[in-house]
Amino acid sequence: MGKAELPLHAPGTKVDRGYIGQSVPRPNAQRLLQGRGAFVDDLRFPRLAHVVFFRSPHAHALIKKLDFSRGLKSPGVIGIYSGTEVSRFCTPWVAVLGHLKGIKSPPQHAVAIGRACWQGEAVAAVVAETRAQAEDAAALIEAEWEELAAVIDMEESLKGEKLVHKEFADNICFSRSLDTGGVDEAFAQADAVVEETYHFGRHTGVCLEGRAILADYNAAEHSLTVYHSTQAPHMMQDIFSRHLNIPEGSVRVIAKDVGGSYGIKVHVYPDEMATAALSVMLRRPVKFVADRLESFATDIHAREHRAKIRMAVKKTGEILAFDLDDLTAIGPYSVYPRTSGIEGNQVVNLTGGPYRHQKYRARMNVVFTNKNVTCQYRAVGHPIAVALTEGIVDKAAAKIGMDPAEFRRRNLIPDDAYPYTFPSGIKFEKLSHHQTLRKLLDLMSYDELRKEQKQRREKNILRGIGLAAMIEVTNPSPAFYGVGGARISAQDGATLRLEPTGMVTVMCSVTEQGQGTEGIFAQIAASAVGVTMEKVRVITGDTGVTPYGGGTWASRGAGIGGEAVLLAGRALLSNILDVAAKILNAGRDTLVVENNFVVDKITQERKIPLEELGRVAYFRPDTLPMNFQSELTVTRHYTPREYGFTFTNGIQASLVEVDPDTGFVKLLKHWCVEDAGTVINPMLVDEQIRGGVVQGIGAALYEECLYSPEGQLLNGSMADYLVPMAGEMPDIVCAHVETPTKQSQLGAKGVGEAGTAGAPGAIMNAINDALAPLGAQVTAMPFTPERILRALGKA
Amino acid sequence: MKAPAFGYARPASLAAAFELLRHPGAKILAGGQSLIPTLNMRLSSPDLLVDIGRLSELKGNSLRQDVLRIAALTTHAELEQSAQVKKHVPLLAEAVPHVAHAAIRNRGTIGGSLALADPAAEYPAVAVALEATICVAAGSGERRVPASQFFKGLFETDLKPGEILTAVEFPVAKGADRSAFLELTRRHGDYAIVGLAAHNGRFVYLGAGDRPILVEGAASLESTKVNLKRTLKPPADLYNSSATKLHLAGVLLERAWNRLTTSH
Amino acid sequence: MEQAHDIALTVNGTQVRRRVEARQHLVDFLREELGLTGSHAGCEHGVCGACTLRVDGQIVRGCLMLAVQANGCRVETIEGLSDSRELARLQKAFHDKNALQCGFCTPGMLLAAQELVLSARKPSREEIRQHISGNYCRCTGYQAIVDAIEEVIHG
Repeated sequence: MGKAELPLHAPGTKVDRGYIGQSVPRPNAQRLLQGRGAFVDDLRFPRLAHVVFFRSPHAHALIKKLDFSRGLKSPGVIGIYSGTEVSRFCTPWVAVLGHLKGIKSPPQHAVAIGRACWQGEAVAAVVAETRAQAEDAAALIEAEWEELAAVIDMEESLKGEKLVHKEFADNICFSRSLDTGGVDEAFAQADAVVEETYHFGRHTGVCLEGRAILADYNAAEHSLTVYHSTQAPHMMQDIFSRHLNIPEGSVRVIAKDVGGSYGIKVHVYPDEMATAALSVMLRRPVKFVADRLESFATDIHAREHRAKIRMAVKKTGEILAFDLDDLTAIGPYSVYPRTSGIEGNQVVNLTGGPYRHQKYRARMNVVFTNKNVTCQYRAVGHPIAVALTEGIVDKAAAKIGMDPAEFRRRNLIPDDAYPYTFPSGIKFEKLSHHQTLRKLLDLMSYDELRKEQKQRREKNILRGIGLAAMIEVTNPSPAFYGVGGARISAQDGATLRLEPTGMVTVMCSVTEQGQGTEGIFAQIAASAVGVTMEKVRVITGDTGVTPYGGGTWASRGAGIGGEAVLLAGRALLSNILDVAAKILNAGRDTLVVENNFVVDKITQERKIPLEELGRVAYFRPDTLPMNFQSELTVTRHYTPREYGFTFTNGIQASLVEVDPDTGFVKLLKHWCVEDAGTVINPMLVDEQIRGGVVQGIGAALYEECLYSPEGQLLNGSMADYLVPMAGEMPDIVCAHVETPTKQSQLGAKGVGEAGTAGAPGAIMNAINDALAPLGAQVTAMPFTPERILRALGKA
Repeated sequence: MKAPAFGYARPASLAAAFELLRHPGAKILAGGQSLIPTLNMRLSSPDLLVDIGRLSELKGNSLRQDVLRIAALTTHAELEQSAQVKKHVPLLAEAVPHVAHAAIRNRGTIGGSLALADPAAEYPAVAVALEATICVAAGSGERRVPASQFFKGLFETDLKPGEILTAVEFPVAKGADRSAFLELTRRHGDYAIVGLAAHNGRFVYLGAGDRPILVEGAASLESTKVNLKRTLKPPADLYNSSATKLHLAGVLLERAWNRLTTSH
Repeated sequence: MEQAHDIALTVNGTQVRRRVEARQHLVDFLREELGLTGSHAGCEHGVCGACTLRVDGQIVRGCLMLAVQANGCRVETIEGLSDSRELARLQKAFHDKNALQCGFCTPGMLLAAQELVLSARKPSREEIRQHISGNYCRCTGYQAIVDAIEEVIHG
């Protein structure tokens, strides 16, 4: 077996990893540094029209009348369209999946018909020559409404006295229950029982580039090209095809540069579907870019939960059981096509995740409200599950008088216990909780920090240390969506082509939004084929060019797309050697490719450069044997099959100082030790973690979408909704452990969401650790000064 | 978020500006850092913007014996860099870095800030604490308004229609003066949750009412706190209850008091 | 009724004459009229910093300035400052440290950082953080950006 066939991570082999494991700067960052990227709003098209949406000012209302007559006279207006008119070009959808038993949601149209269900829902579309003219016309639309009772509070929604949808008997979108049995017995046997109710504030992604779509319908061909700031172009190709009634092969979706997404841009938005429908209707390119006020009101929100958790422990610290009751509020519709039931489902699946225990009971309800829709946002459910688990773990440790690190040490699943099946039924391949814990405690000088904390407490300075262990879902198999009937691909493909000049073009179905997908694919391809990185060019995000695949979500890019690139790279290498053998009249097994040359394996002599091989293969095949055909373009696909989800593990720590007078929290430092399997580019991995941690900090301290009791969004601007800015963020220390997955040759797991998953829990624990001497605690995120002062009895 | 259509004129002189301001629906444009966001959000739709941003009559500071006169179009950045301000009006110099961020400070003006009278703004509180004088001009002539009478309510000043704020005069700091500027914000550059401009015995709060609120200093911190609780009725905002704001105002009072009573 | 206004300004060293609506802000003017799409609009109310440009040598928010106000001014954008190589050191440091991911905040961030670099101050990390605290980045968490600026200033 030659080196080309071994897994990269195979122990005891001298596999040349090439660029794998190196912190190579991203080639595709250069254009972004010069402002020469191509975001959707940068593109120019002849006859481009702009659409603006007239949006409901009410949380729940019947649309009695829409009068477009004044708007239609406004300069530059091409047309103003109601939901009914748009529906002639775009069919509605229902966001349910078969594997979420009992999930329900009403059909949703691209533009609302008859009833508006949240403040900000589009009820008419205004198309004009410029955005400003469309806004002028929208301001002239006259509407009559009949306001309906709005369901805003989640507990009220669960009670069901007021219904969001009259066609349903209740407001429950989805319910999930899980019971291993033996839970009450475990609690009865416990030496200590701890319980707490935690609240998580609804918040949102705030991508700096607003959602953006430019749809270009060609009436002559009945074809549609969509330039879309999306994470999943093939998924969107399928959806545009089915809902606009255009053959799949005639729909092309292109995602060029995307200005941040974090899950926000992997969903189907009615106003984006309407934009595409209008292009078909009007037979010209139509563009929609959500402005910042629209973004706050209509980008998916996430993570509004009220969760009560109980844990049973023995005085040795052993965890016996978890008991969870979670309630989460979504909007009036489950979001298409992934559904709004997944986040709650994840909370049920992942609570208690890092810890050894066999007894678990969970009840979870997802309820409709007349607030904005919610769906998957970076780390989906994990931040809640981790915070619940880590919060209650700290409470238990305190109750039995044990150091929180020690408590975790006694309960984290041992590093040699794998494969391991978790009470919720999920299977872990191999995790490294103890290794990461040891590394973390060492990295942060845990004992020193505890000593320092004690000294400062004597001077009334309140420092807090918080830990948060986590498991994270990555590289999902079709178990996530496909099994439920969603046309969402869990497999991906890569095509590698050797160009005549010896360059290599990589076309892969996983997409890039800045995390470095294209960079690592170049690293993998170069390493697999034997070329240097500057010879590689990568194309992603174009359904007309790449193989079919799933795009970016659930931290799958490196593990799945990367594996496809590796497999294709090795296959291309093999075919290159076939050609070389014929050109050189040498044994195939005597040759390798290194640094852009075909090289003799033994003597290391450079035989021919790849550009010469390319010249012969493409332009002089007459010089090759009669029955030989060069195949210098190769495609390979990869699907993770053995495990439903490839879990990773990590652990974070936060060091804070709380000002008991003002309730302000100063973030002194943050640490993250993560095991994501084979690390392809340490710098990119660290930066993903850091960005994720800061998003988690936002959730913990700053971010909440605030609604009035009538369902009006109160803080939907950058001035009022607080996102983390540089001045308040800590330095974040990252370190790695590598436990490769054996499901692939690359061995890479995912890491994009890890930072966000663990940060809120770590910070909550740190704040509560700081407040503990004063007998105060906080349980409702975000932990604003107001909430901390109230906990301290000062406000 | 594209602004509605409006007219625009850039008068070459103050006199020409007064003429243009007679137009109903005319609004003054200086730095634009507060006005233009409201236009982009369609919260206001003036007929005509009168751009006074380059009028030389509204630029240039001058120091007389006991007064530093700062012209209305002086930008926050110019205040930040001014040795004169640092030396003669240290309370103002201490407040400037709290105004937004560098890019906004390069364009926003002190005149604009005083004329807008945002209750969370820094300069109105500084002006009241220092008992500054606001200079106002109209076609008919000039008048001078003590700062404590200038700020009348939520975004409401003593400016009459057609008038332009031309300058603000600050008393020059004397040796025995003590001042401190403190502000509480979640993030650097945010609007203050609550802030305090303290000068000798005058404690003027921003973000605690519809205008700067003066709390008179008493003989002791404790009795000043009593004054505070009696005087301040801060309205709640999106994130902070009235009680929280009052509590934070008390914290700032204590911190300012400690600074003021510590000898240099 | 709305009138168009003639403006003449210098953009990246080139004299430009256009007729504009008063209501058009400077970053829209640059993007739509001149095709200089490197400057981005992220919020249009002056908070996010994505539109940070240089006017008459100072950084400004392009969304808080009307194109008509830029009449007679010298405007510099990311494209011009890249071609002149003024930003080369910062761009290399950003690249080497991966101080950008999606790139949407990057032009504004570079313009803001450059003002600090040119100021001849020797800021601490804390002060660097404060200087860029008017530029929102959602991807990086800011640390790599601070590292890159620190390297350029302090070597």
